[in-house]
Amino acid sequence: MLSEEIMNNQNQIYEIMNVCLLAGKIMLRSGAETYRVEDTMRRIALAFGIEETHSYVTPTGIMFSADYGQPETTRLVRISERTTDLKKVALVNDVSRRISGGVIDLNEARRQLKEIERADLMYPLWMQIFAAGMASGCFAIMFLGGWGDFIPALMAGGAGYYSFILFHRLIPVKFFAEFLASVFIGVCSSIFLLIGIGNELDKIIIGAVMPLVPGLLITNAVRDLMAGHLVSGLSKGAEAFLTAFAIGSGIAVVLSLQ
Amino acid sequence: MIYLEQLITSFIASAAFGVIFNAPKESLVKCGLSGMLGWIVYYLLTSYGYGTVLGTLAASFLIAFISHLFAKHYKMPMIIFSVAGVIPLVPGGLAYDTMRNFVENDYNTGIALGVKALMISGAIAVGLIFSEVLNYVIRKSAIHPYNSSNK
Repeated sequence: MLSEEIMNNQNQIYEIMNVCLLAGKIMLRSGAETYRVEDTMRRIALAFGIEETHSYVTPTGIMFSADYGQPETTRLVRISERTTDLKKVALVNDVSRRISGGVIDLNEARRQLKEIERADLMYPLWMQIFAAGMASGCFAIMFLGGWGDFIPALMAGGAGYYSFILFHRLIPVKFFAEFLASVFIGVCSSIFLLIGIGNELDKIIIGAVMPLVPGLLITNAVRDLMAGHLVSGLSKGAEAFLTAFAIGSGIAVVLSLQ
Repeated sequence: MIYLEQLITSFIASAAFGVIFNAPKESLVKCGLSGMLGWIVYYLLTSYGYGTVLGTLAASFLIAFISHLFAKHYKMPMIIFSVAGVIPLVPGGLAYDTMRNFVENDYNTGIALGVKALMISGAIAVGLIFSEVLNYVIRKSAIHPYNSSNK
């Protein structure tokens, strides 16, 4: 039979684990590296007095167990949707820092994390599309295209990124949005060339496709593998490869139709 | 002149990628900076004939090193600065050429280009690893062996 004290203790541990998992969940969803997620959860738990924790983090789920008192508590969180939102990673990192520093208590931490989870911190859509366009135009120049290719790459890149967002909303099947968007980019670039804007199709397409390239996945896959998270590293690498393959085959479709 | 062109475009491209990845506003300039320095190292090395693999290796090493410095100084996760910087090095052009050759039934050229793209991806990875190792060695040898910051 559990005494009152142990019951309270169990509740306390449960609450602490809630906060840890919430922080981990937000970070993993926003594209943080696996080791950072584990490290953050461990630090938060430590700051609240749970010294021994075990976590197993993969891109699709978190298992977290607190080795403190009997019976041992273990919880599982499933991650289905992953985006890239570095701002949330930075914010959760900040919260974890404040918890470690003893600046905020459990309730305050939970409140702040909930707020971060709910908040929509993305840049406005027009700005993202503009950024994608600018990046595409600049990449056309960086890959030694002429300045005549800047404008068509900018437009194809911006339009391609917008179409990617739209396709992703319409058909939430992974890799398919990338495929359709790169087909769209290929068609746009060909049309630009047909009506006489731009000189080199290659440079325009390469530049315009760059915003879709899975850069975060590639770097994270490497860092995860280095940190010994073999499962996460390999699965992120596979995701990056499939994304790249989807983009490539989209372009290939357009090229073969020419 | 062409260097200035490359500097400006790589800065804008990396900062723009910061926006796409939703990096915090105050870090956008630093994203651009790390991307610009990495790209110019890559550009110089390749234009002096050291090859794209070595160029990529050196550039990704530098980007990761700068990102570590930024991360430590501004107390933000390192990936915020490194991800946008690494993007220009990703062999998108080569992958495109590979695909194009496959579509045109020129499999030999396609495979050669594909292997090269793979080598470059590997070089990015190794550059990141070297920088991590260097960072680790520096941290270990520092006077304060315990660093409480979240890397």
